[in-house]
Amino acid sequence: MTACLDISNLSATLSNGQRVLRSVSLSVEPGEVRALVGESGAGKSMIGKAVLGVLPPSVKIVEGSIRLEGADLGALSAKERRRVIGAKTALIPQDPLTALNPSRRVGPQMTDRLVHILGWAADRADKRVRQLLDEVHIREPDRVMRAYPHELSGGMRQRVLIAAAFAAEPRLIVADEPTTALDVTVQKQILRLIAQLQKEHGTAILFVTHDLGVVAKISQKVTVLYAGKVVEEADTAALFADPQHAYTRALMAATPKYTDPLASLMPVDEAVLAGLAAEIAIADHDWRPSLDRKSGHG
Amino acid sequence: MADARALPRRRFDARLVLAGGWLLVALLAAIFAPLIAPQDPLAQDLLFERLPPFWMQGAEPGFWLGTDSLGRDLLSRIIYGGRVAFIVAFAAAFAACIVGSTLGLIAGYFGGWADRIISRIVDIWMAFPPVLFAILLVAVFGTGLSSVIIAIAVIDWTRFCRVIRAEAMGQSRMDYVENARIAGFGRFRIMLSEVLPNVLPSIVALLSLEMGIAVIVEAILSFVNLSISTDDPTWGGIIAEGRLSIHQAWWVLVFPLITLFLTVLSFSQFGEGLKARFDPVLR
Ligand SMILES: Nc1ncnc2c1ncn2[C@@H]1O[C@H](COP(=O)(O)OP(=O)(O)O)[C@@H](O)[C@H]1O
Ligand SMILES: [Mg+2]
Repeated sequence: MTACLDISNLSATLSNGQRVLRSVSLSVEPGEVRALVGESGAGKSMIGKAVLGVLPPSVKIVEGSIRLEGADLGALSAKERRRVIGAKTALIPQDPLTALNPSRRVGPQMTDRLVHILGWAADRADKRVRQLLDEVHIREPDRVMRAYPHELSGGMRQRVLIAAAFAAEPRLIVADEPTTALDVTVQKQILRLIAQLQKEHGTAILFVTHDLGVVAKISQKVTVLYAGKVVEEADTAALFADPQHAYTRALMAATPKYTDPLASLMPVDEAVLAGLAAEIAIADHDWRPSLDRKSGHG
Repeated sequence: MADARALPRRRFDARLVLAGGWLLVALLAAIFAPLIAPQDPLAQDLLFERLPPFWMQGAEPGFWLGTDSLGRDLLSRIIYGGRVAFIVAFAAAFAACIVGSTLGLIAGYFGGWADRIISRIVDIWMAFPPVLFAILLVAVFGTGLSSVIIAIAVIDWTRFCRVIRAEAMGQSRMDYVENARIAGFGRFRIMLSEVLPNVLPSIVALLSLEMGIAVIVEAILSFVNLSISTDDPTWGGIIAEGRLSIHQAWWVLVFPLITLFLTVLSFSQFGEGLKARFDPVLR
């Protein structure tokens, strides 16, 4: 079976030559949730952006490939790539406040892609969006679709964005810290909602988070990222039962109760980080002579 | 567009109402000048020269704001002068707005070489002192209504371009623009459907402000006798004549000045008020 998403040996650099991704390989099977976990600045969002074709202009992919259901994105023309990404993927963003256009009503923002990219009839798109709004427990679809984003609460906006992401039946959803910007009380609901819709629709998700508690709750597979490098990859259960890498163990030790979804990461032990930096420096050696660890963090 | 958006906060905005009210009155007076003006603005009558306004000793009925040194009715001349003022205001401001906003949107949203080229042109353009530039242009195109309009548009499109470029640049970094990219929309479509609605309030405010500026520039050009033919009354022309008889008939200078001031102020306040009302977030 072809993987839904297959990233192999992906490396990317900033325009000043600094590496942000170091030979990253990871795959997401159809219908599976893979968590991508790591500290802030590790390059998690970069991987998501690379998959979705929206890397900042300053970031260049220098080696490796990204395949969406077998289609090698790097081998496609820009136009074809846009079409494939548009048809197969969706994003659940980190910040629901800036992810909706403040000057446009919510309804058209949700149906836009169905109508203009996928070519659905307007009433079919409308019906579809209402159905999804119902699935994310929005009881007044008319009011919400007529509203401007600022008229909705943060939790409501995130529900809208989740509904919009699932509406087009994408094969893969990239969820980039979808609960981080929300109130603590809302985080749990939103997480449960994503898990529920994922099961019902069977959508594969690349779930980016810095929170091991969230990893435990939502994913079947985990990739641990440090400074743009994959340090461990495992089934979620196996990872928590028996973490192989020192960095993973340090992450867990630093998380007071990793089953608590509201707990966030505490600083990882310095000695472990120093060891990792040395390890990466050696791995990088033939590629770039030196590694400035400090500038590796954003 | 503004209707439903403004619904939840349809409170009384004195600034918008006062400014809009004055502009409406002045615009209607200019449009219906032949019906409204009490006298023929060009009719000279040396028996009636330098009549004072109606509340002063020696005023004549029918000459509300008095007459100038040729005996022409001042109120009628101001009303007719509004025609040139509004034609120039609308035509020049829209022309400057369309050119400047389009280039600003492209530069700000697309960035890269498009931005470099457009920004460089704006820099060079703005190095010319505007009034000299206007006089030069009118000297080249010849005097007349259309060359005044062209001169103002040619000079002031940069004002739109700079502001809209900065705003579009900020917009292009927003997450919803990225979302539209992911969804598969093309850059041009995103510029129009995602970025433009967000810079529209600023465009409207600038447009109104520019109309006020166009009124002033036209008045200045009339004042130095570079605008349209001297027969048709213009506010700048009346002010220039009034300046010569300031000691004998101050009203010929003061009333057109007040009209000019109120109109320009109203344009800028009206624009700001509209912007606040248009903007769904700003409140
Ligand atoms: N727009 C950008 N241009 C250049 N570098 C960036 C940009 N955004 C992030 N970076 C850098 O890329 C690295 C990875 O960032 P990111 O993927 O956002 O981390 P994460 O999502 O894991 O917190 C960081 O070192 C950050 O400083
Ligand atoms: Mg991130």
